[in-house]
Amino acid sequence: MVEKAMTIKTMPQEDQLGSGHGACGGCGLSTAVNNVLRILGPDTVVYAPASCLLVFSAAYPISAFKVPFIYSAFENTGAVISGISAGLRKQGKQTYVVGIAGDGGTFDIGLQALAGAAERNDDVLYVCVDNEAYMNTGTQRSGSTPFGAWTTTTPVGSKTQGKRSFKKDMMCVVAGQDVAYAATLSIAHPNDFVKKVEKAKAMRGFRFLHIMTPCTSGWKTDPAVTYDLARLAVETGMWALYEIENGETTVTYRPEEMLPVENYLKLQGRFRHMSKEDIDTLQRWLCKRWDQRYHTDMVSKEEPKGDKELAMCGEETEGL
Amino acid sequence: MKVKVLSGDHAVAYAVKMCNVDVIPNYPITPQTLIIEKLSDFVFDGECDATFMPADSEHSAMSMAIGAAATGVRTFTATASQGLALMHEMLYVAPQTRLPIVMANVNRSLGAGSGIWAEYNDSMPERESGWMQCYVEDAQEAFDTIVQAYRLCEDQRVMLPLMMCLDAFVLSHTVEKVLLPEQAEVDAFLPRFRPLNFLDTQNPKFINIAVTPAHSMEMRYQLDHLMRETSSVVDEVDALFGKHFGRSYGGSIQPYRMEDAEHALITLGTATSTARVAVDELRKEGKKVGLIKLKYIRPFPHEQLRKALRGVSSLGVFDRSIAVNGFGPVFTEVRNSCYGMGMPITNHIAGIGGRDLTVATFKGMFEKIMRKEGAGRDCFWHGLRGDM
Repeated sequence: MVEKAMTIKTMPQEDQLGSGHGACGGCGLSTAVNNVLRILGPDTVVYAPASCLLVFSAAYPISAFKVPFIYSAFENTGAVISGISAGLRKQGKQTYVVGIAGDGGTFDIGLQALAGAAERNDDVLYVCVDNEAYMNTGTQRSGSTPFGAWTTTTPVGSKTQGKRSFKKDMMCVVAGQDVAYAATLSIAHPNDFVKKVEKAKAMRGFRFLHIMTPCTSGWKTDPAVTYDLARLAVETGMWALYEIENGETTVTYRPEEMLPVENYLKLQGRFRHMSKEDIDTLQRWLCKRWDQRYHTDMVSKEEPKGDKELAMCGEETEGL
Repeated sequence: MKVKVLSGDHAVAYAVKMCNVDVIPNYPITPQTLIIEKLSDFVFDGECDATFMPADSEHSAMSMAIGAAATGVRTFTATASQGLALMHEMLYVAPQTRLPIVMANVNRSLGAGSGIWAEYNDSMPERESGWMQCYVEDAQEAFDTIVQAYRLCEDQRVMLPLMMCLDAFVLSHTVEKVLLPEQAEVDAFLPRFRPLNFLDTQNPKFINIAVTPAHSMEMRYQLDHLMRETSSVVDEVDALFGKHFGRSYGGSIQPYRMEDAEHALITLGTATSTARVAVDELRKEGKKVGLIKLKYIRPFPHEQLRKALRGVSSLGVFDRSIAVNGFGPVFTEVRNSCYGMGMPITNHIAGIGGRDLTVATFKGMFEKIMRKEGAGRDCFWHGLRGDM
């Protein structure tokens, strides 16, 4: 008998990130972290660099984490978790070691330490919670910020409006290092989310989970639309769901048709200023990406059928 | 006991092996590389079962050491100069989180206008970080001090990291006779590491999270106090080492011919051996001179130093680095510590950027000290080129 994959309904419900932390209402990041840790369970050590997660979850003498937690700096997630893993394995402990860093701590300042851990194939799980800017310090642009977006360092000026370069393809950077597993996740696709965390948990070596986490304060959005944004990001091609294992890329959710990016942009204050020309530029970039992702032989395997209906919002997201 | 001919760097590597270190994060930099090369030989030959972790930078090497030490295992890393500067941010994490990491820093000049030779402007600024910091004179002392360091750092009254400094090339790459004890002797001196607080899923704790102004100040106060109280443990561990191995180094300071000395010089590192010869030659001429080797600059041995300097009528302090527009850092420390003792204290800068230090250099210092030149204000540079 084939073992049934874990779903949002069968996943462990015990919180490792307790309630009472200080995340904003509608924070995508806290939802993502809570659910990753539910699946990893109590035998887990967490490292977080300087980030929203650090600030909203832990300030001496209280901490929302029910598992051991350590912080030290911003740019060293890959290195600290490697050290923790080495120390634990030396003692014969198989405790899960997870580093949870934001996009700034991963795409920019933490890239070198991340690359070191990936190249050594250290036995760690690296989770990037990507809200597309330095939200903890007040929404400065990062290597993850999309084209056109307002941030406090890509302001809407009279000469230049918003970010002028495109979002870095972080998965491509990580996957180029022969890692054990790399996957993208969305909080609007909970079963896909659960399956990927469960899969990463069962593996050894360097594993990378990249989760898009909408940010109500930095994106200038209504906290009520966090899931809609996460879902629309996938339907418009601003985010894609796939995994890379043994160098093989598998799309795990394929949207039926590509929705215009404007559907996604218009819900967010950070894109409100965008000119038609800039929206067209972004759309063209997305179309090219979409074709590469879904219509070329880069996709080496077809996604399993039957997951799609589980992937939507609504009843299935309860408990997340 | 075995006798081996080892460079200072290799003596460090042998000590690390014999201390049964668990995790060794590392990144190469001249003149430290001999340490990690030798350790990698030990690990790859199966003579040492430490986890050898090549890092992507010194910043990552120290981050790994912090991560590993936080799980309660014995860690070691080594660096020099620019590498130590790159670690700077992470250095401040280890003391406040009470992680007893031991590191060798091979002193090498830092920044532009310098090369790969001995100078202390890499390690001196880090004495504010909360790391214990000491300077050794020869390969035997390098070996012995690493063994002492784990005992000291892991003492539950201490639980602080230690940076052992050794001079580039003069010590790191110069071979000397080193007595290596038997493994059982080291094991008898160095008990297994029993961490106090560590990442343990059976007993979840946080180790370092954000701290607000409501608690931060008390944490700094505790660290400052702890370091002050640690000075006596330094002396205690050295004395215990002496009982076990028949060799000791006076703990924090090592006076030489100070019993009736009227004029004294404070030195550190390899320069001490040369300065002792200068003392002997001046003694032959009937000059009442003496010398104090300052081994530990953190914890600073205030009481020990003041006691050793009783009866001295003029004091000089040798520095192998300069705090630009200030003085040599050792001088500043010593003068602060000896405030109110009455004797004039002068600063003697020499050996910058690895410039040779000879017996004549130190005799030149003593001449000024004996004449009480400068009266406590001046900073003398010795061995500058003639056109300066």
